[in-house]
Amino acid sequence: MARITQLDVNGAKRRIDADADRTLLSVLRDDLDLTGTKYGCGEGQCAACTVLIDGQPTKSCLTKVGTVAGKRIVTIEGLAREAELHPVQQAFLDAEAMQCGWCTPGMILGAVGLLQRTPHPTDAEIVSGMNGHICRCGTYPRIVAAVREAAKKGGRA
Amino acid sequence: MISRRDFFAMLGGGIVVWMVDDADAQESGGGARRGMNQAMPEQVSAWLHIGEEGTVTAYTGKVEVGQNARTSLTQAVAEELRVPVASIRMIMGDTTLTPFDMGTFGSQTTPRMWPQMRKAAAAAREMLVDLAAQKWMVDRASIQVADGKVTAAGKSAGFGELTQGQKLTRTIPASEALTPAAQWKVAGTSVPKINGREMVTGAHKYAYDVKRPGMLYGKVLYPPQFGARLVSLDSSAAEQIPGVKVVRDTFQIGREGAGPDLVGVVAPDPQTADRALAALKAQWKPVTGATNSKDVYAHFKQTARGGAVESPGLVPYTVAYIAHTPLEPRAAVAEWDAGGKLTVWTGTQRPFGVKSELAQDLGIPEDHVQVLMPDTGSGYGGKHNGDAAVEAARLAKAVGKPVKRNWTREEELTWAYFRPGGLIEVAGKVTPDGTLTHWEFHNYNSGPSGLQTPYEVADKKEQVHQADSPLRQGSYRGLAGTANHFVRESYMDELAHSVKIDPLEFRLKNLKNERVRNVLMAAADKFGWKGRKKTAGHGFGLAAGMEKGGYIAAVAEVSVTAGAVKVLRVVQAFECGAVVNPEQLRNQVDGAVAMGLGGALFEQIEFADGKIQTNRLSRYRVPRFADMPVIETVLVDRKDLVSAGAGETPIMALAPAIGNAIFDATGQRLRSMPMAPKGLTGV
Repeated sequence: MARITQLDVNGAKRRIDADADRTLLSVLRDDLDLTGTKYGCGEGQCAACTVLIDGQPTKSCLTKVGTVAGKRIVTIEGLAREAELHPVQQAFLDAEAMQCGWCTPGMILGAVGLLQRTPHPTDAEIVSGMNGHICRCGTYPRIVAAVREAAKKGGRA
Repeated sequence: MISRRDFFAMLGGGIVVWMVDDADAQESGGGARRGMNQAMPEQVSAWLHIGEEGTVTAYTGKVEVGQNARTSLTQAVAEELRVPVASIRMIMGDTTLTPFDMGTFGSQTTPRMWPQMRKAAAAAREMLVDLAAQKWMVDRASIQVADGKVTAAGKSAGFGELTQGQKLTRTIPASEALTPAAQWKVAGTSVPKINGREMVTGAHKYAYDVKRPGMLYGKVLYPPQFGARLVSLDSSAAEQIPGVKVVRDTFQIGREGAGPDLVGVVAPDPQTADRALAALKAQWKPVTGATNSKDVYAHFKQTARGGAVESPGLVPYTVAYIAHTPLEPRAAVAEWDAGGKLTVWTGTQRPFGVKSELAQDLGIPEDHVQVLMPDTGSGYGGKHNGDAAVEAARLAKAVGKPVKRNWTREEELTWAYFRPGGLIEVAGKVTPDGTLTHWEFHNYNSGPSGLQTPYEVADKKEQVHQADSPLRQGSYRGLAGTANHFVRESYMDELAHSVKIDPLEFRLKNLKNERVRNVLMAAADKFGWKGRKKTAGHGFGLAAGMEKGGYIAAVAEVSVTAGAVKVLRVVQAFECGAVVNPEQLRNQVDGAVAMGLGGALFEQIEFADGKIQTNRLSRYRVPRFADMPVIETVLVDRKDLVSAGAGETPIMALAPAIGNAIFDATGQRLRSMPMAPKGLTGV
């Protein structure tokens, strides 16, 4: 079986040794201990496992690691710059857009991707853009508010 | 693993306050009697330590599952100890370091643990005042405690300085005096979620994320049907996979529907464990004749203990089984040490209950078990037991290494317990002027929570009938409160319409309870109930109730277009005494609307032939962004009343408000939850 030996994660080349058909989610969590990326369903229904691949929000539970070797992977751990949170992270904090927090990393990365595509979304565009993400605690309206605020302040790529 | 005694020894100098959960407990120990040490008393419910360097650490057996108990309990300490929130560390749900606690359920953290934390902190503050009075030889009344400092007449000292290297202990009874709500400075304010930053950066380690040196990954074979029994197993193919060990064992505590047999695999990585599990060839003795999700309501009545009640005029309502679906599934990591002691990290609402479960199942003394509960990816009443913990512990014991046992979504939707399904039959009589004169309410299998009507009625009979549940069932946010409120408030709407009285007016006419009246009127006012204007396909409905010290009213507006139900707007008013944290309370009340929407409209466990058919998120629909109405929440803050919990009651009035609005829009009375899993027909 083909093996993958290196991934570009959060701006660093990381050595791994993984079967190419393993999920990116498992390699991130189990091999690289980047556990901010969450499992929720394993079938792309909840988007808790969202990461950015070359800037695109991608469900890592459905992504084979062999397909992303050489691509730029950003996980929630790589979003803040030193002590400075990404504007979307800050907006989630400011809006208290979480309860248990399990969906939060995927939500934030999904929102970062949405704002890259659509820097000034309407509420309807936020809802349709984020609708693949599940928050069981039901903080949806706060998440919409957080994305709206982050858009107002202007994101960073 | 350290013992509790070692732990207290390690705390070193400073102040330790033990809060005794017993009003009759004798106060002992010495406020200002320095160096006075005493043994830890029994019945301690919380404790607090102020270190010599001034650090404040509070300990509680309560846990954080997203309801923000960590924040509210920290506020309790900050309020009474007069220290900034950021200077407090809250240790939660560690069965060695924190006092025993029954569990985090029933909306009990705020009414019970919250005042205890405040009392422990208030006692510590008074000890500091005593110490300062002695040290500076000043009158106690001249001493101020604020911002983490004790000051008097130009003198000032940090908390740690006053203890001067000694360890002072004090046990306080439950009667310690507290700061009145009207004077709160930190309590009652919107302190942000304590560890929110760790959530948005992905730094927080949930049970699912725990990793231990040398850890392996475990999987467990479950039957293809509820109740099927293992007949034979060929594990040779699995055993040939490098690194795999197959474990055969027997649980001491049998698992409902899955029996006592443990067949597990352990592997160096999760994918290999998956492959090994798939390579097991098991034969099962099937179960036949199991009831299904369509026939289950008749089954409840047929199996009712003491027989069902047959009486003319009873109107049947049904409530489906639903799944909590916490986004973090059950998870545990278990590690044994050389001395046979067991440490388990797991997400549970009952760490001490899981500790007992582990001790019992593994046949070891309870003091050989430590359960640690990292703040968890939600529970909603669904994480009361230690299924994953026991599995991890048995697998770890068999292989002699730490084992992680993370459940999949499919396992979570199949083998976790469900909110009970129920059949509820109701009848009532009302005079032409709208006075309720008779009420009869029979609940089969749902449960007693929220059973009692808050309305005045002379002739009343309310009964819960236990019945056989074909599925594993248990707690759920609000328990049966949602089912009982759905039926009562829908049927009240039926009665109001039968005498052509406005549903709000009808309720108020039969309602004396001031707190329910207040929230009902507050919600109706905010919504604009009196001035509402009906248009084609739109409808309005309301509902109210009370449970667990909370008072809730909901008003909903829906549209029904070509059979599709859309909830457009929900206004809820909620009152739970003095508000502890307005923003987090709003978050809970709004979240209850979002979650309640699923059970109201489309969530249901479908099962047949002993199999759960809704065993994936692609088959079990939960609310999403696009389902959300505009949610408006009115918080009725009663500073004159003790604070009650808020995690559950705000979910109870939503479904009937929506159902009543659908009736208003369409003339269809929907008597089954979920009300519109596939939309409505004929409209």
